[in-house]
Amino acid sequence: MSASATGAAAVTDAGERWPTTLPVEPGIDLSGLTLAERMLSVKAGRRVRAGEVVVVPVDQVMMVDSIAPSALGIVEDELGGVIRHPERVSVVVDHVAPASNVQVASTQQRVRAVARAKGLRLFDVGRGICHQVLMEEGLARPGWVVVGADSHSTTYGAVCAFGTGMGATDIALAMVTGRTWLKVPETVRVRLTGERPPGLSAKDVALEIVRRLTADGATYASIEILGAEAFGPGERMTLANLAVEAGAKVGLVVPDDALRRRYEVPPWLTVDEGASVALEVAVPLAALGPVVSVPFQVDNVHPVADHVGVHVDQVFVGTCTNGRLEDLREVVRVLDGRPVAEGTRLLVIPASSRVLQDALADGTIAALVAAGASIGVPGCGPCMGRHMGVLAPGEVCVSTSNRNFMGRMGSPEARVYLTSPAVAAASAAAGVLAMPETGVNP
Amino acid sequence: MSAPHAVNRVWRFGDAVNTDDILPGKYAPLMVGEDVFHRYAFAHLRPEFAGSVRPGDVLVGGRNWGLGSSREYAPQALKVLGVGAIVARSFARIHYRNLLNLGIPAFTAGDVVDALQDGDRVRLELARGRIVRVSDGGEEEVLVLPPVPEFLREVLREGSVLAFFKRHGRFPGESEAPPEP
Repeated sequence: MSASATGAAAVTDAGERWPTTLPVEPGIDLSGLTLAERMLSVKAGRRVRAGEVVVVPVDQVMMVDSIAPSALGIVEDELGGVIRHPERVSVVVDHVAPASNVQVASTQQRVRAVARAKGLRLFDVGRGICHQVLMEEGLARPGWVVVGADSHSTTYGAVCAFGTGMGATDIALAMVTGRTWLKVPETVRVRLTGERPPGLSAKDVALEIVRRLTADGATYASIEILGAEAFGPGERMTLANLAVEAGAKVGLVVPDDALRRRYEVPPWLTVDEGASVALEVAVPLAALGPVVSVPFQVDNVHPVADHVGVHVDQVFVGTCTNGRLEDLREVVRVLDGRPVAEGTRLLVIPASSRVLQDALADGTIAALVAAGASIGVPGCGPCMGRHMGVLAPGEVCVSTSNRNFMGRMGSPEARVYLTSPAVAAASAAAGVLAMPETGVNP
Repeated sequence: MSAPHAVNRVWRFGDAVNTDDILPGKYAPLMVGEDVFHRYAFAHLRPEFAGSVRPGDVLVGGRNWGLGSSREYAPQALKVLGVGAIVARSFARIHYRNLLNLGIPAFTAGDVVDALQDGDRVRLELARGRIVRVSDGGEEEVLVLPPVPEFLREVLREGSVLAFFKRHGRFPGESEAPPEP
């Protein structure tokens, strides 16, 4: 098994650390600056503070199939058609993959042709979800500025990259100029404290952070996550992924020795606890347990125990939040040989082809299929309600994804409950929302 | 767009209007076509909206307008429909940036939000920085909008960030294009 599928891009195929492209010596006084201020100061070539607007070079631009047509259209029709650094642009076909109808297929056909003609990196149908793929391919590295045409681009913060989501215009301009404008964000510091209890998932921690901050509590801010040492590379992606659900611009997991074993990390890319932050929140891990985000808002987070027994029509395990090997294995562990309940469907979509390969190699997929799961093509699946598992009116889905907005996964009369893979598995076995260890008994 | 003194209506929304509310993902241009996606604006939340909104109408929301996806086609749908301005208590980051990029005036103004009800008749006077509410009896009430930041003013002057860039070869607020990184 490669380290990358569990760990979301640990090392290069050669087993080396991913090298840095950033200066080792910043040449700028970074004292007293937050992580975000340090990163943008080095990029801007001058000391900058929260609130300033900077224009900085971009290390990687990412587009998905639903945005690439308009972003590439703007490049071609409005901006002269020349992409400054094609090698720094990735196109990932994941949002509707494989294509669901002729309209979609035709659009993707055009995107492929343009990507090839312009020499962009193309990750086509089945390679996986954009954020997972970029991490596996080493296209997000500590200190890099990565702009993605997808709001969950905060995921790159797992390796302390300045990853942030933008729309088609910004992405087009970033491709043509090699730069982007950013307001240097304030910082909200989240400190995970105490020992991590066994069984506590990164998803439960991430949802607790969103509950504590609320859906707009970190608007335009950088969330600095301290104390994540007990969480693995993939789990850190879960933490950074959900930062945007508190409104954040980036969610930066503070670099530690574990990160430095996988990536060259410039020495200046480190947290200064003396830097002034807008808000500091402590999250004691020992107090946390399985939680669920109840429709229709992500910050509507409650203990699973308060909602056990809700009938579940579909369980969806996957997405950039929780579709990695460790998540699939957790489902198998919690199922513990039990089949999916009568009247409930279990849909499992690995986050990438590497995840799928590794889950095939270690027997995880066989165990899931034996339990009655359907396995989907690596990609976003039904997360945003376009294909491969959309919901009917009145249906309830327990999902390991990141949004439960009205109509998100199909009918506006369907309800989506967001949970960890463990809770999803317990719910698949019980046919109702259930606790991982105690089932329907809270 | 609306004539200078056109009277438009207010569409009042609540808190946390998200991008799936503004344009559900299943109606993305990729899914339904570039020419029709705007017809699905607020398809779930206010199905009557896309069919009856008029150019120049004003959208009013509560906290955290536009949370969720980075999809620019959500505000693009509002632009195609001719929405004149959005006033909210606060905006989500990516969506605000998309509004700015598209040149859709967006104002953070809780007092104006408090003053406006769904269906109110208003004149949107952006050049004068105000919204004028017109009552059935013809009385007028002036609601002052907060000043537009310089960065945004530069964009609005040209119509969009793209138009700005094409004209000036740099980003708004950037003194000159920096050397190649």
